[in-house]
Amino acid sequence: MSASTEELEDQHGGRGGREGSSATDRLKASLTPPPTPGPSGPGRSPTRRRLIGGVAAVAGVVALALLPLLNVQLPGILPTATYQPGALQLMALCLLMGAAALTYHLLIGVAGLLSFGHALYVGAGAYVLGILLERTGMGLIPAMLLTLLVVVILANVTGAVALRVSGIPFAMVTLAFAQAGSVLVRRNPDGATGGEEGLSLNTEQVPAFLVGVSNTRNLYWLSLAVLIIVFAIVSWIQNSRAGHLAEAVRENENRVRVLGLKPYLAKLLIFVVGGTLAGCVGMVHLLLQSGAVPRTVSADFTITLLVMVVLGGVGSRWGAVVGGVLYTLLDQRLTVLAQSEAIQSMPALLRVPLSEPLFLLGTLFVLVVLFMPGGLAGFVRRLSARSGSGRPGKDPVTVLEQAE
Amino acid sequence: MDTILLLLVTGIGLGAVYFLVASGLSLIYGLMGVLNFAHGAFLTLGALIGWETARVMGADSWGGFALSLLVGCLVGALLAALTEFVLIRPLYERHIEQVLVTVGLNLAAIALFEGIWGTDPVFIQGPTWMGMTTNILGAQVPNHLFITILIAGLVLAGMVLFLKRTRYGMIIRAGVENRSMVTALGIDVRRAFTLVFTIGGAAAGIGGVLASHYFGYVSPLLGGSLLIFAFIVTVIGGLGSLAGAAVASVLVGVLQQFANYFWSIGDFVVVILLAVVLLTRPSGLMGRKVATA
Amino acid sequence: MGTTAQRTPVPVPAGGTDPAPVLSVRNLKASIGGQQVVEDVTFSVPATGITALLGRNGVGKTSSIKAILGLIQRDAGTVDLEGQPIQALPTHRIVQRGVGYVPEDREVFAGLSVAENLRLSERDDHPRRELVEALFPDLVKRAQQAAGSLSGGQQQMVSLARALMNENRVLLVDEPTKGLAPKIVGEVADALEEAAKTVPILLVEQNLAVVRQLAGGAIVLSDGRVVHTTESATSFLDDDILVTRHLGVGTGPAHEGA
Repeated sequence: MSASTEELEDQHGGRGGREGSSATDRLKASLTPPPTPGPSGPGRSPTRRRLIGGVAAVAGVVALALLPLLNVQLPGILPTATYQPGALQLMALCLLMGAAALTYHLLIGVAGLLSFGHALYVGAGAYVLGILLERTGMGLIPAMLLTLLVVVILANVTGAVALRVSGIPFAMVTLAFAQAGSVLVRRNPDGATGGEEGLSLNTEQVPAFLVGVSNTRNLYWLSLAVLIIVFAIVSWIQNSRAGHLAEAVRENENRVRVLGLKPYLAKLLIFVVGGTLAGCVGMVHLLLQSGAVPRTVSADFTITLLVMVVLGGVGSRWGAVVGGVLYTLLDQRLTVLAQSEAIQSMPALLRVPLSEPLFLLGTLFVLVVLFMPGGLAGFVRRLSARSGSGRPGKDPVTVLEQAE
Repeated sequence: MDTILLLLVTGIGLGAVYFLVASGLSLIYGLMGVLNFAHGAFLTLGALIGWETARVMGADSWGGFALSLLVGCLVGALLAALTEFVLIRPLYERHIEQVLVTVGLNLAAIALFEGIWGTDPVFIQGPTWMGMTTNILGAQVPNHLFITILIAGLVLAGMVLFLKRTRYGMIIRAGVENRSMVTALGIDVRRAFTLVFTIGGAAAGIGGVLASHYFGYVSPLLGGSLLIFAFIVTVIGGLGSLAGAAVASVLVGVLQQFANYFWSIGDFVVVILLAVVLLTRPSGLMGRKVATA
Repeated sequence: MGTTAQRTPVPVPAGGTDPAPVLSVRNLKASIGGQQVVEDVTFSVPATGITALLGRNGVGKTSSIKAILGLIQRDAGTVDLEGQPIQALPTHRIVQRGVGYVPEDREVFAGLSVAENLRLSERDDHPRRELVEALFPDLVKRAQQAAGSLSGGQQQMVSLARALMNENRVLLVDEPTKGLAPKIVGEVADALEEAAKTVPILLVEQNLAVVRQLAGGAIVLSDGRVVHTTESATSFLDDDILVTRHLGVGTGPAHEGA
């Protein structure tokens, strides 16, 4: 158990070809994130550690919750002081993207499902809610509940079909479903989705405290609540029987079958929960951004989620959150930076690449994959192992994961 | 009747473009287990630099067109070879990371192209004849389709000859079946990796130039939408099967044209076709060894 | 992989009686997908004749061979080929040094013709085509046929022919008679006997009659470790107690875990 990162490297370090297994198996094998020692041996980790982790987590949440009331300036990172709408809007988006990345972590990190269609459920949450508010005159809460129902059904139907296959075919079926959704949204049937322009939020039915720039901090708190709830549910699912089963399936599907368990249902449950939570994130995203844009349904957005999770470290919950936050922050700040005097006055050879945030993020991503296996979580894990503080089963990842 | 014929030829033309992208994807996946997300970038750069070349040479001259094809092919091949060598090779046998670096490369490359060429599509032209139509049984068929279909056919023939007649072709075919056994015969299969990337990139570069004539414009976003359909084609045809890629390309292209014309649901039909094929034949029409759930 | 209740002390055949073994494996550990399949294997293969590698299904015979070739992850230990360490080399380099491999399940390239399968294996300047054609005349007749369309026995001939095409230092042959009709088993055994005149062979084989016919020494594995080594496979097989303990009774149809 002490060698979780080493195991990861070992798995990949094979020289000269693997077993004569199929390509999909190989993909699945290399998808496997480092085994997290958490759930399998909770008794071994002292409760004191848990307590410290728990206190740290609560302190972190409290600090985040207090930010809108404080005057914290982080020049270069946040556009304004933390109590002002500019910073709050950005921080709320960061939290939401952290939550979105977490829902994707449930698929890729827990169940080893490489979906290229996860954006479909985020988009469905945003668009269905937007359309209901626009067209039906329903109140926000009933509309949200109905949207939730729609997303659950959508995730069930698409998941049930897609999970008939696995590996790359699974990735392709999910991609295709999301593509269908994306085409539908862009096609703007009956003027419902607003096509390329997107759909703007009809605020008539939205309670006043969630509308307008002056209420951004309420949206911020809402986003924080979403992140916490998503984290709690993801943790709960991951430590549930279904979560263990899905993890076991990821490691060795045949063995699970031999035990007479049904991997399909466990995977479907994870897929549906992931999709549903993504839909919730989508709904709040609609409120926060006062609208929905076709990008939220696109393959690009799913890839963004993938990038976030990989940056943070596949298999790590807090890694996914940090990856989501970091990516969103970088994306926003690099865009601002691109407009800056310093960059605009550079010669074209530097100016052109530096003013493309996605170029910088893509390059960063490639570098992380090449030189930082396991992403940020893997980096932290190695760091703690090197400094000697990482006694078996007590690295910060474990502590954090067990605590939160 | 003439509408049907026109739809058929445009469908085959679209299929020809798909094939040029999908053939490389399929071979790369078949041999290396890597789903190459950067393939769209190879195509896009081929198209963009191909168009720059044609413009310098005179866009309406045949020489300019021919040279743009050649340059597009070389650019695609070079970028692909470089990708394999610099990004894929250090991650030998780590398939998911290999897929991830191609995702990252694609993000970075497309953003860079946007920085250089802007996001707006640039409308292009070719030799005058290519802009005209030929009357076949009453259907006014755009001439550029003939060129596209002809070149895709030549590329297919070239690939088949290469795979059948050369030692490296043999290694690639054997490697698609069972890579570790190829190494167990004392063959360094990594050389074949660079080779399939280069071939795939060359085809994609040609595909980029032809796609820009098919759609009438170049743009940094050209590759993105084509790539998704090329993925679908590759999976429908059977990952790793060149013949499958060829058949599926034409099938998808034609189906898309018809469904678009009659019910304007071409993209949906393709998605449904993919779902149906995968659920009934998970390894694709001509695939051999894709594991199923 | 479970552990059995009893484990006999491991006799370390360091050197053995043969002063210069062609292949010596020391403390080899190997894993597949993080699961250890070769625990700690030490043995050597004499420079002449056929040495049998025996054991129940799933004890790591195939995995040991794959680990020697670098086809699965080697975690620790050394492998020397004629005194030269090869455990750090990639598979193709090991094979180029003269380690021929006849895999379990034959692994011919089904879509390639017989001739192509053979041509692919040629790595010397002077491939031994005549020798192979003399040993397997049937393959000459079927040169243009797709290897996937051959019978199991014929595929085994292709697989053997691929290994014999080059001058090798040692052959690693994994269950060559698995799933073959009795008549074909005899032919394969004869071919191996013929081959053994020129190259030492490490043979994994479940058919004990074939082992009796071919093998000089034997190495017995259990649970990923060597539990018995002998210079006479026949005397080992005659010892009912040892056979029952290490091979089980009626080893049944050969099928090592993947």
